[in-house]
Amino acid sequence: MSETTTMEVRTAGGAAILDIRGDITSGSEDVLMSAYERAGDGTKAVVLNFSGLEYMNSGGIGLLVTLLVRANRQRRKLIAFGLSEHYRQIFELTRLDEAIDIRGDEREALAAAGVA
Amino acid sequence: MTAPDEGDARPEEVAAARDATHWAKSVSRLRVSDISDEAVNRNVEGRRLMSPIQGFGKMWQKTYQVRLPAEVVSPTDLIATWRSRFPDFWPSDQRFYGPITGLAPGEVAVINMSVPGGMKLSTGVMVLYADEESFTLMTPQGHMFAGWITFSAAKEDAMTVAQAQLLIRANDPIYEVGMMLGGHRQEDVFWERTLAKLAAHFGVQARVDTRVVCVDKRRQWARAGNVWHNAALRSTGYRMTAPLRRLARR
Repeated sequence: MSETTTMEVRTAGGAAILDIRGDITSGSEDVLMSAYERAGDGTKAVVLNFSGLEYMNSGGIGLLVTLLVRANRQRRKLIAFGLSEHYRQIFELTRLDEAIDIRGDEREALAAAGVA
Repeated sequence: MTAPDEGDARPEEVAAARDATHWAKSVSRLRVSDISDEAVNRNVEGRRLMSPIQGFGKMWQKTYQVRLPAEVVSPTDLIATWRSRFPDFWPSDQRFYGPITGLAPGEVAVINMSVPGGMKLSTGVMVLYADEESFTLMTPQGHMFAGWITFSAAKEDAMTVAQAQLLIRANDPIYEVGMMLGGHRQEDVFWERTLAKLAAHFGVQARVDTRVVCVDKRRQWARAGNVWHNAALRSTGYRMTAPLRRLARR
């Protein structure tokens, strides 16, 4: 398991893309929420790039739920791409896929965000 | 599944294989097997899992912690004990019927318990995730809550901190009212007793710290129809119609 999690924030039109590298666990809360803050108030969608995800446990899934609540409160779409087949199944199992729009790649994600 | 040989496989393949053993396999409907005959197994078979997203009431994160000296028990030993003897640490008036094979990812357990208002409830949980330092139970349709409970242990300074953390919404309007009318307090007492019992198992009398955060104040009225699966109502209805079923069998 990676000891560190990093999240770079890029913007593309009205969307912010969070490039996730490393693990998502309950210990990633500060990093994830800080990245979400850096996305800024002007963005209408937050796109999570999971291409660099190494590991996620149930605490990480819980963190995504709280992030989703925050995004909903601010009327922002939450979109994900770059999930491996395994994590796509985890999103289905936990029914996160019903609330987070999952796309195959960044281009599709930005199109879903309406900024491509 | 077979894990790749770590000598040949890329690190991400090794990580993926290990990760896959920690998570339950994808299921659309729950199946119960290998539990005690004395369990009242209703409202679980065929039900779908419910995350906090699919629930009705306000979303709560409830965290219960107890601290034990690390020389008494390590986090991994504590979790191994908690997993293998999970029902033993429940308050005696509630029953948890785990599968004979233990709390492994994907296994389904049946719960028989009392809920506010004096109703008896038969429901269950599925083991969503389990590793050496944590395991998570997820609830099905009809359960009081939509969400999951993660049990974990971690070392902090010279202490092993055992924790139960719930991320939940009441599943439907009836449960939401029940939670407001004493259900939350009952829930807190339940987990405080459980953690105290766990600590006592290791010979430690310790205070349980409780932290409750309302993550989302909104109620999801679009989910009010979850009441159709309400396990408390269905369990009560089942018991009330027992005489009719006995008559029909004569």
